[in-house]
Amino acid sequence: MPVLEVTNLKKSYVAPDGERTPILDLPQFSIDAGRQVALRGASGSGKTTFLNLVAGVLRADEGRVVLAGLDLTVLSEAERDRMRARNVGYVFQTFNLLQGYTALENVLLGMMFGKGLDRAAAEALLERVGLHDRMHYRPRQLSVGQQQRVAVARALANDPGLVLADEPTGNLDVHHANAALDLMCEACAENGAALLLVSHDTAILERFDDVRELAELNRVGAETA
Amino acid sequence: MRGLWFLVRRSLRQHILSTVITVLAVALASGLVMAVFSINTQTHKAFTGGETGFDAVLGARGSPLQLVLNTIFHLETSPGNIPWSLYQEIKRDPRVKLAIPYAVGDNYLGFRVVGTTPEIFTDFEYRKGTKFRVQGHDPANPDGPRIFDPELREAVIGSYVAQKTGLRFGSVFSPYHGIDFREKAQHGEQYVVVGVLEPTNSPSDRVIWIPIEGIYRMGGHYLRGAGEDYEAKPEEEIPDEHKEVSSVMLKFRGGKMVGMRLVEDINTRGKVATLAYPIGEVMAELFQKLGWVTRILTLVAYLVVAVATGSILASIYNTMNERRREFAILRALGARRATVFSVIVAEAVSIAALGSALGIVVCGCILWGAAVVVRAQTGVVLDPFTYHTALVATPAGMLLLGALAGLLPAFKAYSTDVAENLAPQS
Repeated sequence: MPVLEVTNLKKSYVAPDGERTPILDLPQFSIDAGRQVALRGASGSGKTTFLNLVAGVLRADEGRVVLAGLDLTVLSEAERDRMRARNVGYVFQTFNLLQGYTALENVLLGMMFGKGLDRAAAEALLERVGLHDRMHYRPRQLSVGQQQRVAVARALANDPGLVLADEPTGNLDVHHANAALDLMCEACAENGAALLLVSHDTAILERFDDVRELAELNRVGAETA
Repeated sequence: MRGLWFLVRRSLRQHILSTVITVLAVALASGLVMAVFSINTQTHKAFTGGETGFDAVLGARGSPLQLVLNTIFHLETSPGNIPWSLYQEIKRDPRVKLAIPYAVGDNYLGFRVVGTTPEIFTDFEYRKGTKFRVQGHDPANPDGPRIFDPELREAVIGSYVAQKTGLRFGSVFSPYHGIDFREKAQHGEQYVVVGVLEPTNSPSDRVIWIPIEGIYRMGGHYLRGAGEDYEAKPEEEIPDEHKEVSSVMLKFRGGKMVGMRLVEDINTRGKVATLAYPIGEVMAELFQKLGWVTRILTLVAYLVVAVATGSILASIYNTMNERRREFAILRALGARRATVFSVIVAEAVSIAALGSALGIVVCGCILWGAAVVVRAQTGVVLDPFTYHTALVATPAGMLLLGALAGLLPAFKAYSTDVAENLAPQS
């Protein structure tokens, strides 16, 4: 059963000169519940735009994005926000941890708009990613690898059905990248969450059984995106 | 709601320096406003509506306000003297229940020496049902604290005088000539303190009471009751025609009509004296004259509030650019636009609330300071802890202004483009 189903998804941007520039035209894309999928795409190919459309951050020009049985394209912005809070975990390339908050507070933030603040659950998550002794550290007091772990814990904080990872290892060396990927895949598998990871890094992509090419799926050529 | 305050607390903590400075600015502003209104009301009430124990003051022809300031509050100079005969005449008037003469012109270390009769202690009630009481007075002990003997050089002093000068029962002092203290103007006569009055929280606490004859017989004092200078001689009675008094404090039998008739008799038909009546209205005239001061103080207080409101706006607005990414992340985590909007408004309101709470402390300090100064200068006691609507209205207004100040940055947060402010596009 698909947790995500995309049909005839189109998105364009209005350039500064007023001209509308198409960036994405995706006839069909789906992920079954619990599956781990990698999406390969070059820089500027529309990967992040696609993730933002799937997460409901952006609204599609046309087409349908059905997530956990809800069509995001017919939902209001507030409804999409609520849906995102409950069903989507997001791991960003730069982690996007809030610097003024501790590791624990960053994970609590991930819960706040979904299932609500649950300190014990947040502590358990950090323990699970090996940061039981770093819970009250601020991001800048953590190593890059530890920050990545906090980001993963935060993404899983609401027990989402789908975790989106946007170049999640882009800032890591090979050793840390592999460790982070292992963690993410294991944590998603344990939680029963589907994982959609976008990357252009071949070494990362090779570790996935299901790798899809955005260039093949997107009718808009990479050069126009 | 719990989540909202979680975000607000963290944000205030994250920008702790600007938060603290803004809270202090709001505290000073709200404290100032509360204090201005409170002091204004309290002083007005204390000077115009407070119980003085007397209904009217009879004194030399001139300004009733100067007369009241000089005799009730022991401030200002005396407008002049009236003949002893006038005092006796008003004392005999059946409409007058009590007439007590005051003779002024000397001081001790700046505290006014007032010559009067023992009736001030035996008959006068400075508050309904309450007379002056000498501390430690025991009728069974004639050698202990008591009121002065009008035939002797004895003094009864107010509690504040005792506190400030160190004079106590048995102390000997020599008054200084004039209303203002000048070290070289000391009289040779020595007075013994025979009693210290219990605190009355009134201007009387700042007075040194001596027998009226003592003023007449003080070296260098000349009596002009008969139109020529007369200097009292030791062991010789002073003829009444030479005597004069600075003022006569009056208590009427009957209500307002008596006062109005006496005003008619003395002020309108008479030419020698002035009757200051009613005392509260005379003092209200002073506040009317000084109304512009109050208005300027109020205006300054409002301006300070405006600046404090601006500082709330500026302190939050200045963080908006650096916080765009934070808002985008929160939105990506599922926060609604309304949530980030509410967080910013709640931050502004929290700063205003913290500032207002601290403002009450600031107000208390200002009022306490003002009470000390007013008491030292006039003897009038203000109560810093008296309730005033400004103590509620100002914090409430400050919260509203805080919320308004938060609207602009909140709208900026509300409009943050999520996708644009997250990770670089690929």
